[in-house]
Amino acid sequence: MWDYSDKVLEHFMNPRNVGDVENPDGVGEVGSMACGDALRLTLKIDAEGRIEKAMFRTFGCGSAIASSSVLTEMVAGRTLEEAARITNEDIARELGGLPREKMHCSVMGREALEAAMIDYYKRQGRDVPCELIVTDVEICHCYQVKRSTIKNAVKQHKLKDVEDVTHYTKAGGGCTACHHDIRHIIDDVWEEMGTDAGLVTIGGLAPPAPPVREDARTAQIRDLVENDIARGLRTDGGDIELVRIVENRVHVRLTGACASCPASQATIKGWVESQLREHVSEDLEVVEERS
Amino acid sequence: MTQQELIAGLPPRPPEGVYLDNNATTRVAPEVIDAMLPFLRDHYGNPSSMHAFGAVAGRALDRARDQVAALVGAESPGEIVFTGGGSESDNLAVVGALRAQPDKRHVVTTVVEHPAVLGLCRELESRLGYKVTYLPVDGRGRLDLQALRDALRPDTAVVSVMAANNETGVIFPTEEIGAVVKEHGAVYHVDAVQAAGKLPLDMRASTVDLLSISGHKIHACKGVGALYVRRGTKLRPLIVGGHQERGRRAGTENVSGVVGLGVASDLAAAHREEENVRVRALRDRLARDILAAVPDSRLNGDAEHRLPNTANISFDYIEGEGILLLLDRCGIAASSGSACTSGSLEPSHVLKAMGVPFVAAHGSIRFSLSRYNTEADVDYTVQVLPRIVERLRAITPFNESRPTF
Repeated sequence: MWDYSDKVLEHFMNPRNVGDVENPDGVGEVGSMACGDALRLTLKIDAEGRIEKAMFRTFGCGSAIASSSVLTEMVAGRTLEEAARITNEDIARELGGLPREKMHCSVMGREALEAAMIDYYKRQGRDVPCELIVTDVEICHCYQVKRSTIKNAVKQHKLKDVEDVTHYTKAGGGCTACHHDIRHIIDDVWEEMGTDAGLVTIGGLAPPAPPVREDARTAQIRDLVENDIARGLRTDGGDIELVRIVENRVHVRLTGACASCPASQATIKGWVESQLREHVSEDLEVVEERS
Repeated sequence: MTQQELIAGLPPRPPEGVYLDNNATTRVAPEVIDAMLPFLRDHYGNPSSMHAFGAVAGRALDRARDQVAALVGAESPGEIVFTGGGSESDNLAVVGALRAQPDKRHVVTTVVEHPAVLGLCRELESRLGYKVTYLPVDGRGRLDLQALRDALRPDTAVVSVMAANNETGVIFPTEEIGAVVKEHGAVYHVDAVQAAGKLPLDMRASTVDLLSISGHKIHACKGVGALYVRRGTKLRPLIVGGHQERGRRAGTENVSGVVGLGVASDLAAAHREEENVRVRALRDRLARDILAAVPDSRLNGDAEHRLPNTANISFDYIEGEGILLLLDRCGIAASSGSACTSGSLEPSHVLKAMGVPFVAAHGSIRFSLSRYNTEADVDYTVQVLPRIVERLRAITPFNESRPTF
């Protein structure tokens, strides 16, 4: 039994705004029967670009219905610019959290919103604002892998299945809940690449062998240190770089404000190491290199 | 719509709720609990010990072994090995028989087995270099005996097939399969976890070499099961480090659990007729009334060769978890082959293997009854369910004219 929040159950039992907006100004349809969940979101948008009303139809589990329902409440009354900033995490937060395996339900909500807004701009004959196009959704929540990362990997390495994507990006390596999203991304990328890319591969070139396990771990550590951890330090004027990895010891160098901070040792032990242990491997140790 | 509105005007909800998930697990029979308690409270001796405390426990084991032997129609109680449950029995059977035949490297099973067997077989393939043939099923979940004949090889060590499927209740022709297997001389394992107490089992007149049963599916408690091992069948232990169970399963026996399994076996044999008459009639009415009341619903699996307690019904265009959540709100427990209930995002491997289309597989609900179910349970469920389906169909974007995006 999933540990759904009261708010998820409440929205599931009493979904708001079920149905279709009459004469919609934007329609977003994502998912499919085969995926096991699907959402049709219809928007009524006024002349000032404010969402007057949003309605939904959802095929899916309790949390998919609840995510759709809460989304229609979240976007109502907002301008398109405001709505574009709603992330899937916002949807989950609004519901009082979702079980990790169900985070994809909130992603579906975000995707439908995106699709409906893009549809609106197209119907209006207007350019789609770039913030809608570049919006990056976190697909794999276990490893915090974004859509763009997966898309790039699939494109660059001509990946064909989820297992390969996991090897290259870690996405899908945890709870597996994002596998169907990854499959969609793979399909989309291949569709975008068209038959040219397909012919090359069908012509006998096997997809490149996935990197060996050790490399995958190194990439994972690098990604974590250089992206997530560095981002955290930069807010305090510091920075961090990965120097090398020797067996289970991760050598890093602190720069910027962190380099001269007496608390840096504590920072490293307490936070960086815990991050690495949580997201990569329990046995990792952090060694600080002095510059 | 609130919960109250969902059930407004319906026949009264049975006070303890309606439990229709007996293929997942069953209520422990009061007789079983009564029999177990003294072995938790007073007779705590180790059956291997040389004193009165041990002797009481040892005698209890003997009696339980007789009872389980009687349920499966074993020639001798020595053919019963107590285990920690159905999954362990399955693992012991397949791995134990493979280890006893190191020269043979091939296993035959089916695509619809319980994960205890399927997961093991994948492990055998990927890590231990065995070859495994997975026999397909048709749209009604039936096996093709010719496919079995074609699959058997000189180095086939084990054929492992379930007696009845946990999701659909479809029954495999165990003895017809066994006749083919025996022509080829492979060891024949049957997973009878769902069949015990519902189908007649008579190992004396059977082709089966190894037969798994599980306590908690027949109103005993969880964590206890048994493997029937035909005398003369070579079997290596899975768990080593003790002489218990004649060296076939080390570890001090779960005495209270085994005592419960013994009593549950007696009860299962005594109630088998009831399962096939009264419970079957309840199940048939449940399925018939639901199928009649709900458009675009269908029964999955071979209706004819099916356990008397199981009905697997698909409701097109909606998703199983939503149905289960609403059923639960109304006090009804069932289960689903939907992807969302497992977190795997893949719908049931059994329904997929049968070629059930996605439109139906995601919205499949398994109702599994037991002798504790009543007419009132069915009355209530057949009234509630159509309302739930209608409610979810009002939310879904899909319907007959638009089955998917």
